[in-house]
Amino acid sequence: MKITTELIAHISQLSRLSLPEGEQAAMAAQLERIVDYMDVLSRLDTGDIEPMSHVFPVRNVLRADEEQPSCDREALLANAPARDEESFLTPKSVE
Amino acid sequence: MELRQLTALELGAVIRRGEVSVAEAAQAALAAIEAEDGALNSFITVEGERALERAAQLQPGVKEAQSPLYGVPMALKDNICTKGIKTTCASKILGDFRPPYDATVVERLAAAGALGLGKLNLDEFAMGSTSETSWYGPTRNPWDPDRAPGGSSGGAAAAVAAGLSWYAVGSDTGGSIRQPAAHCGVTGIKPTYGTVSRYGLVAYASSLDQMGPVCRDAGDCAAVLDVLQGRDRRDATSLDGDYGHLLESLSGDVRGLRVGLPAECFGDGLDGQVRQAVLAAADVLKSRGAQLVELSLPALEYGVPAYYIIAAAEASSNLARFDGVKYGWRAQGYGDLSELYHKTRTQGFGLEVKRRILLGSFVLSAGYYEAYYRKALQVKAVIKGAFDEAFARCDLLLTPVAPATAPRLGESLGDPLEMYLGDVYTVPANLAGLPGLSMPCGFDRQGLPIGAQLIGPHFGEGRLLNAAYAFQQDTHYHKQTPKGGQRA
Repeated sequence: MKITTELIAHISQLSRLSLPEGEQAAMAAQLERIVDYMDVLSRLDTGDIEPMSHVFPVRNVLRADEEQPSCDREALLANAPARDEESFLTPKSVE
Repeated sequence: MELRQLTALELGAVIRRGEVSVAEAAQAALAAIEAEDGALNSFITVEGERALERAAQLQPGVKEAQSPLYGVPMALKDNICTKGIKTTCASKILGDFRPPYDATVVERLAAAGALGLGKLNLDEFAMGSTSETSWYGPTRNPWDPDRAPGGSSGGAAAAVAAGLSWYAVGSDTGGSIRQPAAHCGVTGIKPTYGTVSRYGLVAYASSLDQMGPVCRDAGDCAAVLDVLQGRDRRDATSLDGDYGHLLESLSGDVRGLRVGLPAECFGDGLDGQVRQAVLAAADVLKSRGAQLVELSLPALEYGVPAYYIIAAAEASSNLARFDGVKYGWRAQGYGDLSELYHKTRTQGFGLEVKRRILLGSFVLSAGYYEAYYRKALQVKAVIKGAFDEAFARCDLLLTPVAPATAPRLGESLGDPLEMYLGDVYTVPANLAGLPGLSMPCGFDRQGLPIGAQLIGPHFGEGRLLNAAYAFQQDTHYHKQTPKGGQRA
Protein backbone atom coordinates (compact mmCIF):
# COMPACT_ATOMS: atom_id res chain seq x y z
CA MET A 1 0.00 0.00 0.00
CA LYS A 2 1.03 3.61 -0.55
CA ILE A 3 2.38 5.33 2.56
CA THR A 4 1.80 9.02 1.86
CA THR A 5 3.38 11.92 3.68
CA GLU A 6 -0.14 12.70 5.00
CA LEU A 7 -0.25 9.24 6.60
CA ILE A 8 3.23 9.83 8.04
CA ALA A 9 1.97 13.11 9.52
CA HIS A 10 -1.03 11.31 11.04
CA ILE A 11 0.93 8.49 12.67
CA SER A 12 3.62 10.95 13.78
CA GLN A 13 0.96 12.88 15.64
CA LEU A 14 -0.32 9.64 17.23
CA SER A 15 3.29 8.88 18.26
CA ARG A 16 4.06 12.41 19.52
CA LEU A 17 6.93 12.66 17.05
CA SER A 18 7.68 15.53 14.65
CA LEU A 19 9.96 14.33 11.87
CA PRO A 20 11.85 17.13 10.14
CA GLU A 21 10.48 17.67 6.62
CA GLY A 22 13.66 16.31 5.10
CA GLU A 23 13.16 12.95 6.86
CA GLN A 24 9.49 12.43 6.08
CA ALA A 25 9.81 11.22 2.49
CA ALA A 26 12.57 8.76 3.34
CA MET A 27 10.57 7.40 6.29
CA ALA A 28 7.48 7.04 4.07
CA ALA A 29 9.49 5.09 1.49
CA GLN A 30 11.01 2.78 4.12
CA LEU A 31 7.71 2.11 5.86
CA GLU A 32 6.07 1.46 2.50
CA ARG A 33 8.63 -1.21 1.70
CA ILE A 34 8.25 -2.79 5.15
CA VAL A 35 4.44 -2.72 5.02
CA ASP A 36 4.45 -4.16 1.48
CA TYR A 37 6.53 -7.03 2.75
CA MET A 38 4.15 -7.56 5.67
CA ASP A 39 1.35 -8.06 3.20
CA VAL A 40 2.65 -11.64 2.70
CA LEU A 41 0.52 -12.39 5.75
CA SER A 42 -2.58 -11.96 3.60
CA ARG A 43 -1.56 -15.13 1.72
CA LEU A 44 -2.25 -17.14 4.86
CA ASP A 45 -5.93 -17.90 5.42
CA THR A 46 -6.44 -17.32 9.14
CA GLY A 47 -10.26 -17.49 8.88
CA ASP A 48 -11.77 -17.51 12.34
CA ILE A 49 -8.60 -18.34 14.26
CA GLU A 50 -8.67 -16.63 17.63
CA PRO A 51 -5.96 -13.92 17.83
CA MET A 52 -3.37 -15.02 20.40
CA SER A 53 -2.03 -12.36 22.73
CA HIS A 54 -0.39 -14.70 25.23
CA VAL A 55 0.99 -18.16 24.55
CA PHE A 56 0.17 -19.39 28.04
CA PRO A 57 -3.44 -19.31 29.16
CA VAL A 58 -2.67 -17.11 32.16
CA ARG A 59 -5.43 -14.72 33.09
CA ASN A 60 -6.53 -12.63 36.04
CA VAL A 61 -3.42 -13.16 38.09
CA LEU A 62 -4.36 -11.97 41.57
CA ARG A 63 -2.37 -11.42 44.69
CA ALA A 64 -3.33 -10.81 48.27
CA ASP A 65 -4.38 -7.19 48.85
CA GLU A 66 -1.80 -6.31 51.45
CA GLU A 67 -0.45 -2.92 52.38
CA GLN A 68 3.17 -2.43 51.36
CA PRO A 69 5.39 0.62 51.25
CA SER A 70 5.63 2.08 47.76
CA CYS A 71 8.77 3.65 46.34
CA ASP A 72 10.11 6.64 48.21
CA ARG A 73 8.92 9.92 46.66
CA GLU A 74 12.29 11.61 46.78
CA ALA A 75 13.90 8.61 45.05
CA LEU A 76 11.33 8.86 42.25
CA LEU A 77 11.65 12.61 41.85
CA ALA A 78 15.44 12.42 41.79
CA ASN A 79 15.44 11.50 38.09
CA ALA A 80 13.02 14.23 36.95
CA PRO A 81 14.34 16.82 34.47
CA ALA A 82 12.25 19.50 36.25
CA ARG A 83 10.71 19.23 39.72
CA ASP A 84 9.92 20.98 42.93
CA GLU A 85 9.73 19.55 46.45
CA GLU A 86 6.90 17.13 45.73
CA SER A 87 5.97 17.18 42.03
CA PHE A 88 7.17 16.81 38.47
CA LEU A 89 7.06 20.17 36.69
CA THR A 90 5.58 20.60 33.20
CA PRO A 91 4.12 23.53 31.28
CA LYS A 92 0.52 24.28 32.31
CA SER A 93 -1.87 21.92 30.50
CA VAL A 94 -5.30 22.89 31.88
CA GLU A 95 -6.75 26.33 32.32
CA MET B 1 46.61 -19.14 36.12
CA GLU B 2 45.12 -17.10 33.26
CA LEU B 3 41.82 -16.26 34.93
CA ARG B 4 40.28 -14.81 31.79
CA GLN B 5 40.51 -18.19 30.08
CA LEU B 6 38.32 -19.92 32.66
CA THR B 7 34.61 -20.51 32.36
CA ALA B 8 32.38 -18.95 35.00
CA LEU B 9 31.99 -22.30 36.77
CA GLU B 10 35.75 -22.93 36.68
CA LEU B 11 36.39 -19.49 38.16
CA GLY B 12 33.70 -20.09 40.79
CA ALA B 13 35.47 -23.34 41.75
CA VAL B 14 38.93 -21.78 42.17
CA ILE B 15 37.41 -18.92 44.20
CA ARG B 16 35.69 -21.48 46.42
CA ARG B 17 38.93 -23.42 46.90
CA GLY B 18 40.67 -20.21 47.94
CA GLU B 19 43.14 -20.30 45.05
CA VAL B 20 41.92 -16.95 43.80
CA SER B 21 40.25 -14.16 45.75
CA VAL B 22 37.09 -12.47 44.55
CA ALA B 23 39.06 -9.20 44.36
CA GLU B 24 41.72 -10.79 42.13
CA ALA B 25 39.02 -11.97 39.75
CA ALA B 26 37.39 -8.53 39.71
CA GLN B 27 40.73 -6.80 39.18
CA ALA B 28 41.61 -9.13 36.28
CA ALA B 29 38.34 -8.21 34.55
CA LEU B 30 38.64 -4.48 35.28
CA ALA B 31 42.21 -4.42 33.95
CA ALA B 32 41.13 -6.22 30.78
CA ILE B 33 38.24 -3.79 30.29
CA GLU B 34 40.56 -0.84 30.83
CA ALA B 35 43.08 -2.17 28.31
CA GLU B 36 40.77 -3.53 25.61
CA ASP B 37 37.32 -2.04 25.78
CA GLY B 38 38.30 1.32 24.34
CA ALA B 39 38.49 -0.40 20.96
CA LEU B 40 35.57 -2.79 21.54
CA ASN B 41 33.03 -0.46 23.22
CA SER B 42 31.14 -3.36 24.79
CA PHE B 43 30.50 -1.47 28.06
CA ILE B 44 28.51 1.75 28.43
CA THR B 45 29.22 2.01 32.16
CA VAL B 46 32.03 0.36 34.13
CA GLU B 47 31.53 0.31 37.90
CA GLY B 48 35.11 -0.38 39.01
CA GLU B 49 34.96 1.04 42.50
CA ARG B 50 31.64 -0.56 43.26
CA ALA B 51 32.95 -3.91 41.95
CA LEU B 52 35.95 -3.85 44.28
CA GLU B 53 33.76 -2.91 47.26
CA ARG B 54 31.48 -5.78 46.41
CA ALA B 55 34.46 -8.14 46.14
CA ALA B 56 35.55 -7.23 49.67
CA GLN B 57 32.02 -7.75 50.90
CA LEU B 58 31.73 -11.20 49.23
CA GLN B 59 35.12 -12.62 50.21
CA PRO B 60 34.27 -13.65 53.82
CA GLY B 61 31.30 -15.71 52.56
CA VAL B 62 33.27 -17.78 50.04
CA LYS B 63 33.46 -20.92 52.16
CA GLU B 64 29.74 -21.04 52.92
CA ALA B 65 28.62 -20.07 49.42
CA GLN B 66 25.64 -22.00 48.03
CA SER B 67 25.93 -20.93 44.40
CA PRO B 68 28.70 -22.27 42.11
CA LEU B 69 28.83 -18.74 40.66
CA TYR B 70 29.55 -17.04 43.99
CA GLY B 71 32.07 -14.23 43.52
CA VAL B 72 32.23 -14.55 39.74
CA PRO B 73 32.25 -11.13 38.02
CA MET B 74 29.56 -10.56 35.40
CA ALA B 75 27.84 -7.72 33.55
CA LEU B 76 24.31 -6.72 32.60
CA LYS B 77 22.84 -5.46 29.36
CA ASP B 78 22.04 -1.80 29.91
CA ASN B 79 18.26 -2.21 29.60
CA ILE B 80 18.14 -3.99 32.98
CA CYS B 81 17.45 -1.66 35.91
CA THR B 82 20.15 -1.37 38.56
CA LYS B 83 19.44 0.71 41.65
CA GLY B 84 21.52 3.88 41.65
CA ILE B 85 23.55 2.80 38.60
CA LYS B 86 23.00 4.59 35.31
CA THR B 87 20.66 2.61 33.03
CA THR B 88 20.58 4.03 29.53
CA CYS B 89 19.03 1.54 27.08
CA ALA B 90 21.75 3.06 24.84
CA SER B 91 19.38 5.98 24.26
CA LYS B 92 19.87 9.71 24.55
CA ILE B 93 16.34 10.02 25.94
CA LEU B 94 17.20 8.23 29.21
CA GLY B 95 19.95 10.73 29.93
CA ASP B 96 21.51 10.05 33.32
CA PHE B 97 18.62 7.88 34.56
CA ARG B 98 19.47 6.01 37.75
CA PRO B 99 16.67 3.58 38.60
CA PRO B 100 15.28 3.75 42.14
CA TYR B 101 15.05 -0.07 42.23
CA ASP B 102 16.78 -3.25 41.06
CA ALA B 103 15.29 -5.62 38.51
CA THR B 104 14.26 -8.98 39.98
CA VAL B 105 17.11 -10.71 38.11
CA VAL B 106 19.56 -8.27 39.71
CA GLU B 107 18.23 -9.19 43.16
CA ARG B 108 18.46 -12.89 42.35
CA LEU B 109 22.03 -12.53 41.06
CA ALA B 110 23.02 -10.55 44.15
CA ALA B 111 21.58 -13.27 46.40
CA ALA B 112 23.72 -15.84 44.55
CA GLY B 113 26.86 -13.79 45.19
CA ALA B 114 27.30 -12.27 41.74
CA LEU B 115 29.64 -9.31 41.30
CA GLY B 116 28.60 -6.70 38.74
CA LEU B 117 31.27 -5.08 36.57
CA GLY B 118 28.99 -2.67 34.78
CA LYS B 119 26.42 -2.19 32.05
CA LEU B 120 26.72 -3.42 28.48
CA ASN B 121 26.10 -1.77 25.14
CA LEU B 122 23.10 -2.64 22.97
CA ASP B 123 21.02 -1.35 20.12
CA GLU B 124 18.93 1.59 21.34
CA PHE B 125 16.06 0.11 23.39
CA ALA B 126 17.17 -3.33 22.09
CA MET B 127 15.83 -2.44 18.65
CA GLY B 128 18.33 -3.68 16.11
CA SER B 129 20.36 -6.66 15.05
CA THR B 130 23.87 -5.18 15.05
CA SER B 131 24.35 -3.03 18.20
CA GLU B 132 25.05 -0.09 15.89
CA THR B 133 22.01 2.02 16.81
CA SER B 134 23.43 2.78 20.27
CA TRP B 135 23.65 6.46 21.24
CA TYR B 136 26.97 5.48 22.82
CA GLY B 137 28.46 4.28 19.53
CA PRO B 138 28.65 0.80 18.00
CA THR B 139 30.21 -2.21 19.70
CA ARG B 140 32.80 -4.02 17.58
CA ASN B 141 33.08 -7.74 17.05
CA PRO B 142 36.12 -9.15 18.92
CA TRP B 143 36.73 -11.59 16.05
CA ASP B 144 37.02 -8.77 13.50
CA PRO B 145 36.82 -5.11 14.56
CA ASP B 146 35.39 -4.11 11.17
CA ARG B 147 32.33 -6.23 11.86
CA ALA B 148 29.28 -5.89 14.07
CA PRO B 149 28.87 -8.23 17.06
CA GLY B 150 25.20 -8.77 16.22
CA GLY B 151 22.44 -7.41 18.38
CA SER B 152 20.77 -6.25 20.25
CA SER B 153 22.77 -7.84 23.12
CA GLY B 154 25.99 -7.13 21.17
CA GLY B 155 27.86 -5.70 24.15
CA ALA B 156 27.04 -8.82 26.18
CA ALA B 157 28.25 -11.24 23.51
CA ALA B 158 31.36 -9.18 22.67
CA ALA B 159 32.39 -8.78 26.33
CA VAL B 160 32.05 -12.51 27.05
CA ALA B 161 33.84 -13.49 23.81
CA ALA B 162 36.68 -11.07 24.49
CA GLY B 163 37.15 -12.36 28.03
CA LEU B 164 36.13 -9.07 29.68
CA SER B 165 33.36 -10.71 31.71
CA TRP B 166 32.79 -14.38 32.65
CA TYR B 167 29.14 -14.14 31.76
CA ALA B 168 26.48 -11.60 30.97
CA VAL B 169 22.73 -11.28 31.18
CA GLY B 170 21.01 -10.07 28.03
CA SER B 171 17.46 -9.83 26.75
CA ASP B 172 15.90 -11.46 23.73
CA THR B 173 12.75 -10.15 22.03
CA GLY B 174 13.35 -11.59 18.56
CA GLY B 175 16.81 -13.15 18.78
CA SER B 176 18.75 -10.52 20.70
CA ILE B 177 20.61 -13.06 22.86
CA ARG B 178 20.97 -15.86 20.30
CA GLN B 179 22.10 -13.91 17.24
CA PRO B 180 24.94 -11.92 18.88
CA ALA B 181 26.00 -15.12 20.70
CA ALA B 182 26.29 -16.76 17.27
CA HIS B 183 28.20 -13.85 15.74
CA CYS B 184 30.65 -13.74 18.66
CA GLY B 185 31.17 -17.50 19.15
CA VAL B 186 29.57 -17.78 22.61
CA THR B 187 26.62 -19.74 24.02
CA GLY B 188 23.34 -18.04 24.94
CA ILE B 189 19.82 -19.09 25.81
CA LYS B 190 16.46 -17.35 25.71
CA PRO B 191 14.34 -19.25 28.20
CA THR B 192 10.65 -20.09 28.02
CA TYR B 193 8.53 -16.92 28.21
CA GLY B 194 7.43 -16.33 31.79
CA THR B 195 10.23 -18.29 33.50
CA VAL B 196 12.45 -15.25 34.14
CA SER B 197 10.75 -12.24 35.71
CA ARG B 198 10.66 -9.17 33.46
CA TYR B 199 10.31 -6.83 36.45
CA GLY B 200 12.96 -4.15 35.93
CA LEU B 201 13.66 -4.97 32.29
CA VAL B 202 12.90 -1.83 30.30
CA ALA B 203 10.05 -3.04 28.10
CA TYR B 204 10.37 -3.21 24.33
CA ALA B 205 7.69 -5.78 23.37
CA SER B 206 6.36 -7.19 26.63
CA SER B 207 4.70 -10.32 25.20
CA LEU B 208 8.01 -11.37 23.61
CA ASP B 209 10.77 -10.01 25.88
CA GLN B 210 12.70 -12.48 28.00
CA MET B 211 16.09 -12.23 29.71
CA GLY B 212 18.73 -14.93 29.70
CA PRO B 213 22.45 -15.72 29.97
CA VAL B 214 25.27 -15.16 27.50
CA CYS B 215 28.16 -17.45 28.46
CA ARG B 216 31.22 -19.35 27.30
CA ASP B 217 29.51 -22.75 27.29
CA ALA B 218 26.33 -24.66 28.02
CA GLY B 219 27.33 -25.51 31.60
CA ASP B 220 27.70 -21.84 32.49
CA CYS B 221 24.36 -21.07 30.85
CA ALA B 222 22.68 -23.74 32.98
CA ALA B 223 24.24 -22.36 36.17
CA VAL B 224 23.21 -18.78 35.39
CA LEU B 225 19.71 -19.76 34.35
CA ASP B 226 19.32 -21.66 37.62
CA VAL B 227 19.86 -18.29 39.33
CA LEU B 228 17.62 -16.23 37.03
CA GLN B 229 14.51 -18.42 36.79
CA GLY B 230 11.71 -18.28 39.31
CA ARG B 231 8.17 -17.09 39.87
CA ASP B 232 7.87 -13.39 40.73
CA ARG B 233 4.68 -11.77 41.89
CA ARG B 234 5.85 -8.45 40.39
CA ASP B 235 5.58 -9.89 36.86
CA ALA B 236 2.02 -11.05 36.21
CA THR B 237 3.16 -13.19 33.27
CA SER B 238 5.64 -15.09 35.42
CA LEU B 239 5.02 -18.84 35.67
CA ASP B 240 5.29 -21.45 38.41
CA GLY B 241 7.82 -24.16 37.64
CA ASP B 242 10.31 -26.59 39.04
CA TYR B 243 13.33 -24.35 38.74
CA GLY B 244 16.94 -24.55 39.82
CA HIS B 245 18.03 -28.03 38.64
CA LEU B 246 19.44 -27.30 35.18
CA LEU B 247 23.12 -27.55 36.04
CA GLU B 248 22.78 -30.81 37.98
CA SER B 249 20.70 -32.32 35.15
CA LEU B 250 23.44 -32.04 32.49
CA SER B 251 24.51 -35.57 31.55
CA GLY B 252 25.60 -35.32 27.92
CA ASP B 253 23.37 -38.31 27.19
CA VAL B 254 21.37 -37.66 24.02
CA ARG B 255 20.68 -41.27 23.07
CA GLY B 256 17.24 -41.51 21.52
CA LEU B 257 16.78 -37.73 21.43
CA ARG B 258 14.77 -36.83 18.32
CA VAL B 259 16.31 -33.78 16.66
CA GLY B 260 14.05 -32.14 14.07
CA LEU B 261 15.52 -30.36 11.05
CA PRO B 262 12.87 -28.07 9.51
CA ALA B 263 13.40 -27.95 5.73
CA GLU B 264 12.38 -24.26 5.66
CA CYS B 265 15.41 -23.33 7.76
CA PHE B 266 17.92 -24.80 5.34
CA GLY B 267 16.63 -23.42 2.04
CA ASP B 268 17.03 -20.21 0.04
CA GLY B 269 18.76 -17.27 1.64
CA LEU B 270 21.04 -19.36 3.85
CA ASP B 271 24.80 -19.02 3.40
CA GLY B 272 26.34 -22.30 2.24
CA GLN B 273 29.03 -22.38 4.90
CA VAL B 274 26.47 -21.79 7.65
CA ARG B 275 24.28 -24.59 6.28
CA GLN B 276 27.20 -26.98 6.22
CA ALA B 277 28.29 -26.15 9.78
CA VAL B 278 24.78 -26.53 11.23
CA LEU B 279 24.19 -29.84 9.44
CA ALA B 280 27.56 -31.03 10.74
CA ALA B 281 26.33 -30.18 14.26
CA ALA B 282 23.33 -32.44 13.62
CA ASP B 283 25.76 -35.24 12.72
CA VAL B 284 27.67 -34.75 15.98
CA LEU B 285 24.45 -35.23 17.96
CA LYS B 286 23.63 -38.24 15.78
CA SER B 287 27.03 -39.77 16.51
CA ARG B 288 26.14 -39.57 20.20
CA GLY B 289 22.92 -41.48 19.65
CA ALA B 290 20.41 -38.80 18.71
CA GLN B 291 17.97 -39.47 15.91
CA LEU B 292 17.57 -36.92 13.10
CA VAL B 293 14.02 -36.20 11.93
CA GLU B 294 13.37 -34.24 8.74
CA LEU B 295 10.21 -32.19 8.86
CA SER B 296 8.51 -29.20 7.33
CA LEU B 297 7.22 -26.09 9.10
CA PRO B 298 5.82 -23.84 6.36
CA ALA B 299 4.34 -21.43 8.94
CA LEU B 300 7.85 -20.20 9.79
CA GLU B 301 7.79 -18.13 6.60
CA TYR B 302 5.31 -15.80 8.32
CA GLY B 303 7.39 -15.31 11.44
CA VAL B 304 9.23 -12.11 10.48
CA PRO B 305 6.22 -10.05 9.35
CA ALA B 306 4.10 -11.21 12.31
CA TYR B 307 6.96 -10.49 14.69
CA TYR B 308 7.68 -6.98 13.43
CA ILE B 309 3.99 -6.04 13.54
CA ILE B 310 3.53 -7.26 17.11
CA ALA B 311 6.88 -5.96 18.37
CA ALA B 312 6.38 -2.52 16.79
CA ALA B 313 2.83 -2.28 18.13
CA GLU B 314 3.94 -3.06 21.67
CA ALA B 315 6.96 -0.77 21.34
CA SER B 316 4.80 2.16 20.28
CA SER B 317 2.76 1.68 23.43
CA ASN B 318 5.64 0.86 25.83
CA LEU B 319 7.78 3.78 24.69
CA ALA B 320 4.96 6.28 25.22
CA ARG B 321 6.31 6.65 28.77
CA PHE B 322 9.43 8.47 27.55
CA ASP B 323 8.14 12.00 27.45
CA GLY B 324 10.70 14.15 29.24
CA VAL B 325 8.63 14.48 32.42
CA LYS B 326 9.34 11.76 34.98
CA TYR B 327 12.92 10.79 34.20
CA GLY B 328 15.59 11.04 31.56
CA TRP B 329 16.39 13.80 29.13
CA ARG B 330 14.17 16.81 28.23
CA ALA B 331 14.51 18.97 25.12
CA GLN B 332 14.93 22.74 25.48
CA GLY B 333 12.81 25.49 23.97
CA TYR B 334 9.22 24.23 24.27
CA GLY B 335 6.09 26.30 24.64
CA ASP B 336 3.29 24.02 25.80
CA LEU B 337 3.13 20.44 27.09
CA SER B 338 2.48 18.96 23.66
CA GLU B 339 5.55 20.67 22.27
CA LEU B 340 7.58 19.38 25.22
CA TYR B 341 6.56 15.80 24.34
CA HIS B 342 7.16 16.22 20.61
CA LYS B 343 10.55 17.88 20.90
CA THR B 344 11.85 15.54 23.60
CA ARG B 345 10.78 12.40 21.74
CA THR B 346 11.86 13.61 18.29
CA GLN B 347 15.31 14.64 19.48
CA GLY B 348 15.69 11.96 22.15
CA PHE B 349 14.97 8.80 20.11
CA GLY B 350 17.22 7.53 17.32
CA LEU B 351 16.02 6.75 13.82
CA GLU B 352 15.39 3.00 14.22
CA VAL B 353 13.38 3.53 17.40
CA LYS B 354 11.28 6.22 15.69
CA ARG B 355 10.74 3.93 12.72
CA ARG B 356 9.39 1.16 14.96
CA ILE B 357 7.21 3.52 16.99
CA LEU B 358 5.70 4.89 13.77
CA LEU B 359 5.21 1.39 12.36
CA GLY B 360 3.54 0.38 15.62
CA SER B 361 1.22 3.38 15.61
CA PHE B 362 0.36 2.54 12.01
CA VAL B 363 -0.54 -1.14 12.59
CA LEU B 364 -2.64 -0.18 15.61
CA SER B 365 -4.39 2.79 14.02
CA ALA B 366 -8.03 2.86 12.97
CA GLY B 367 -8.44 1.31 9.53
CA TYR B 368 -5.28 -0.82 9.68
CA TYR B 369 -5.62 -2.65 13.00
CA GLU B 370 -7.57 -5.59 11.55
CA ALA B 371 -5.37 -6.11 8.52
CA TYR B 372 -2.08 -5.94 10.39
CA TYR B 373 -2.15 -6.21 14.18
CA ARG B 374 -5.09 -8.59 14.54
CA LYS B 375 -3.85 -10.62 11.60
CA ALA B 376 -0.39 -10.91 13.18
CA LEU B 377 -1.91 -12.23 16.42
CA GLN B 378 -3.76 -14.86 14.40
CA VAL B 379 -0.52 -15.81 12.64
CA LYS B 380 1.11 -16.10 16.05
CA ALA B 381 -1.51 -18.74 16.91
CA VAL B 382 -0.75 -20.55 13.64
CA ILE B 383 2.98 -20.58 14.39
CA LYS B 384 2.41 -21.79 17.96
CA GLY B 385 0.22 -24.59 16.54
CA ALA B 386 2.89 -25.56 14.00
CA PHE B 387 5.48 -25.89 16.78
CA ASP B 388 3.05 -28.00 18.85
CA GLU B 389 2.73 -30.40 15.92
CA ALA B 390 6.48 -30.46 15.37
CA PHE B 391 7.12 -31.33 19.02
CA ALA B 392 4.82 -34.31 18.68
CA ARG B 393 7.35 -35.71 16.19
CA CYS B 394 10.64 -34.56 17.71
CA ASP B 395 12.10 -33.44 21.04
CA LEU B 396 13.84 -30.32 19.81
CA LEU B 397 14.59 -28.49 16.58
CA LEU B 398 18.01 -27.67 15.16
CA THR B 399 18.32 -24.65 12.84
CA PRO B 400 20.83 -21.95 11.97
CA VAL B 401 20.74 -18.86 14.21
CA ALA B 402 21.31 -16.37 11.39
CA PRO B 403 21.46 -16.69 7.60
CA ALA B 404 25.08 -15.48 7.51
CA THR B 405 28.00 -14.66 9.81
CA ALA B 406 28.61 -11.18 11.31
CA PRO B 407 28.03 -8.28 8.88
CA ARG B 408 30.50 -5.48 8.29
CA LEU B 409 29.82 -2.36 10.37
CA GLY B 410 27.46 -0.02 8.57
CA GLU B 411 26.36 -2.67 6.07
CA SER B 412 22.92 -3.25 7.62
CA LEU B 413 21.93 0.28 8.56
CA GLY B 414 20.86 1.50 5.13
CA ASP B 415 18.22 -1.17 4.58
CA PRO B 416 16.00 -1.85 7.61
CA LEU B 417 13.87 -4.49 5.87
CA GLU B 418 16.96 -6.47 4.93
CA MET B 419 18.07 -6.35 8.57
CA TYR B 420 14.64 -7.53 9.77
CA LEU B 421 14.78 -10.49 7.37
CA GLY B 422 18.00 -11.62 9.06
CA ASP B 423 15.90 -12.51 12.13
CA VAL B 424 14.02 -15.21 10.23
CA TYR B 425 15.25 -18.19 12.28
CA THR B 426 15.05 -16.60 15.73
CA VAL B 427 11.71 -14.73 15.90
CA PRO B 428 9.43 -17.81 15.75
CA ALA B 429 10.60 -18.98 19.21
CA ASN B 430 9.66 -15.58 20.68
CA LEU B 431 6.22 -15.62 19.05
CA ALA B 432 5.53 -19.08 20.48
CA GLY B 433 7.18 -18.34 23.86
CA LEU B 434 9.63 -21.24 23.38
CA PRO B 435 13.17 -21.61 24.72
CA GLY B 436 15.92 -21.15 22.13
CA LEU B 437 19.64 -21.73 22.53
CA SER B 438 22.54 -20.57 20.38
CA MET B 439 25.85 -22.45 20.38
CA PRO B 440 29.03 -22.07 18.33
CA CYS B 441 29.26 -24.79 15.65
CA GLY B 442 32.03 -23.70 13.30
CA PHE B 443 33.81 -20.89 11.51
CA ASP B 444 33.50 -19.55 8.01
CA ARG B 445 36.46 -18.99 5.67
CA GLN B 446 37.03 -15.52 7.17
CA GLY B 447 37.38 -17.10 10.59
CA LEU B 448 34.04 -15.74 11.83
CA PRO B 449 31.98 -17.86 14.24
CA ILE B 450 28.84 -19.69 13.09
CA GLY B 451 25.98 -20.47 15.48
CA ALA B 452 23.49 -23.32 15.62
CA GLN B 453 20.11 -22.87 17.28
CA LEU B 454 18.21 -25.41 19.33
CA ILE B 455 14.50 -24.74 19.94
CA GLY B 456 12.52 -26.75 22.47
CA PRO B 457 8.97 -27.01 23.78
CA HIS B 458 7.84 -24.88 26.73
CA PHE B 459 10.01 -25.59 29.78
CA GLY B 460 12.44 -27.46 27.51
CA GLU B 461 15.52 -25.55 28.73
CA GLY B 462 17.04 -28.64 30.31
CA ARG B 463 16.74 -30.58 27.07
CA LEU B 464 18.36 -27.78 25.04
CA LEU B 465 21.19 -27.26 27.50
CA ASN B 466 21.88 -30.98 27.69
CA ALA B 467 22.03 -31.29 23.90
CA ALA B 468 24.40 -28.30 23.74
CA TYR B 469 26.44 -29.77 26.59
CA ALA B 470 26.67 -33.07 24.70
CA PHE B 471 27.72 -31.23 21.53
CA GLN B 472 30.39 -29.33 23.45
CA GLN B 473 31.82 -32.58 24.86
CA ASP B 474 32.78 -33.59 21.32
CA THR B 475 33.65 -30.21 19.78
CA HIS B 476 35.99 -27.34 20.53
CA TYR B 477 34.29 -24.38 18.79
CA HIS B 478 33.17 -22.93 22.13
CA LYS B 479 36.77 -22.99 23.35
CA GLN B 480 38.17 -20.85 20.56
CA THR B 481 38.86 -17.26 21.49
CA PRO B 482 39.36 -14.26 19.19
CA LYS B 483 42.82 -13.68 17.76
CA GLY B 484 43.59 -17.38 17.43
CA GLY B 485 43.47 -18.37 21.09
CA GLN B 486 41.99 -21.48 22.61
CA ARG B 487 40.81 -22.21 26.12
CA ALA B 488 41.95 -25.35 27.86
